[in-house]
Amino acid sequence: MAIIEVTNLHKRYGGTVAVDDVSFAVEPGEIFGILGPNGAGKTTTVECVSGLRAPDRGSITVLGFDPRRDRDELRQRVGVQLQESRLPDKLRLWEALDLYSSYYRRPADWNRLLESLGLADKRNTPYHKLSGGQKQRLSIALALVGSPTIAVLDELTTGLDPQARRDTWDLIEQVRDSGVTIVLVTHFMDEAERLCDRLALIDSGRIVALDTPRGLIAQVAAEQRVLFRPSARFDERLLLEVPEVTSVQQRGEQLVVTGTGNVLHAVTSVLARNHIIAQDLRVEQASLDDAFVSLTGRPLTLDA
Amino acid sequence: MSTLWKTTVVETKLFLREPKTVLLGMLLPTAILLLLGAIPILREPSAEYGGARFVDFWAPTALVMALGMLGLQHIPAAVAAYRENGVLRRMSTTPVHPATVLVAQLIVALAAAVAAAAVLILTAWLVLDVPLPRHPLGFVAAFVAGFGALLAIGMLIAAVTPNARMANGVSILVFMLVMFAGGVYLPRFLMPEALVRMGDYAPPGVQALLETWSGDTATAAMGGAQAAGHLQPLQLGIMVLITVGAGWAAAKLFRWE
Repeated sequence: MAIIEVTNLHKRYGGTVAVDDVSFAVEPGEIFGILGPNGAGKTTTVECVSGLRAPDRGSITVLGFDPRRDRDELRQRVGVQLQESRLPDKLRLWEALDLYSSYYRRPADWNRLLESLGLADKRNTPYHKLSGGQKQRLSIALALVGSPTIAVLDELTTGLDPQARRDTWDLIEQVRDSGVTIVLVTHFMDEAERLCDRLALIDSGRIVALDTPRGLIAQVAAEQRVLFRPSARFDERLLLEVPEVTSVQQRGEQLVVTGTGNVLHAVTSVLARNHIIAQDLRVEQASLDDAFVSLTGRPLTLDA
Repeated sequence: MSTLWKTTVVETKLFLREPKTVLLGMLLPTAILLLLGAIPILREPSAEYGGARFVDFWAPTALVMALGMLGLQHIPAAVAAYRENGVLRRMSTTPVHPATVLVAQLIVALAAAVAAAAVLILTAWLVLDVPLPRHPLGFVAAFVAGFGALLAIGMLIAAVTPNARMANGVSILVFMLVMFAGGVYLPRFLMPEALVRMGDYAPPGVQALLETWSGDTATAAMGGAQAAGHLQPLQLGIMVLITVGAGWAAAKLFRWE
């Protein structure tokens, strides 16, 4: 049974359509990603799911509740981390958690939350003295302080350095492992690929694809490339005779073999039979980036 | 209730951590009064004030200054910043309505105003021999109604301005008008009659504070046609009207994000 169900969601602001027609279902315990370029309608979608905005059309059910009609009930059970939500500069970290935990019926033990988020030694630090990564972790802590069933996290790692991003990802996986269903909004491919069990790819207010990250990539790019430097010269035709291989290209000392299916296994078998060692062997697979380009006709990374 | 209480405690801490607000809003007006009181001639009874002294006469103006700082400078800036920084937005994702934090801020501002008034009245009494308010009940009524009007205007400014910068700009303008009407820039006995009467009804109502604080002696000079020494129901009524009107408009027009 789905924990979140969105059916034909439509939302416009004045003359601009933010969300045109979006439907998806989130299963309990998964990390569900909503991926798309800026302005695709990701944030509006989760704002409607969180009950912060009323949809113009369509229906939303979260934990069996209507996000607008039963907002009080849902606010107890859905933790939301919004982008660009700061706290007062001089508010100390423990004060923020202490205050926000008092807002919930069944608050989490925020001391333990601080430990698990690696913020325990920052308890007394005022908000404005925290680093970007620490602020983001506090933001996650505040989304979790009510012991929610669902956590909605919007643009979690924007503006963080690579190490802080990886730490945050580990954290999200821990949260999921503790039984919280997570809806993750992002415009980073690597983040979606690394974290999400399933992904909705949104562009211009519509879902263009919905699948696992692997499934999305497989949809658009069945081809893989195997690159290596052979230890000795050999006849390329030996490779072309293998059904998995579609083409072989020589690039200086390097051979580039393109193929489908288990092309890597096919290539290494041929080489082994001919006593050739593949040096600097590398396999290039399509990424979510490639998937996005082929599904929408433009690259995701142009944040315009 | 416990949520509002806890929010108010946190807002109080945050208020006290802003040295600028505490100094300007709570201590500067008293400091200026003391400074003026250090000038001997301003401590002498003068016929101009019906036998009272300048400091007796100017003390309510110092109070107007404190109330203006808190109600018209601190409140609009703080509320607009909370909206701009997404504090209100974050709260709207919790079971508690973001209005809670605004109510907490108003409570803190009122407490700060009471503290500022206490510091001012006691210092003026102990150091400058300015009498304690002669009509305590009337003074409390004038104080509450007057500061209420300022808070309501401050909230209205925060409600309608799009960002903290605009809120600051508008509130400084209104603050200067209120200070002028309250006699901060130009002692009111030097003002033309029309401006003085305007000051009677401009929030927070310096004349009502003066009448209930210093009583008959000091107000005789300013009272004009009015019977001096009593709180005028009309002045109080206008403050209540401004509080209700501006407060209602602020609540109606408030943009949460």
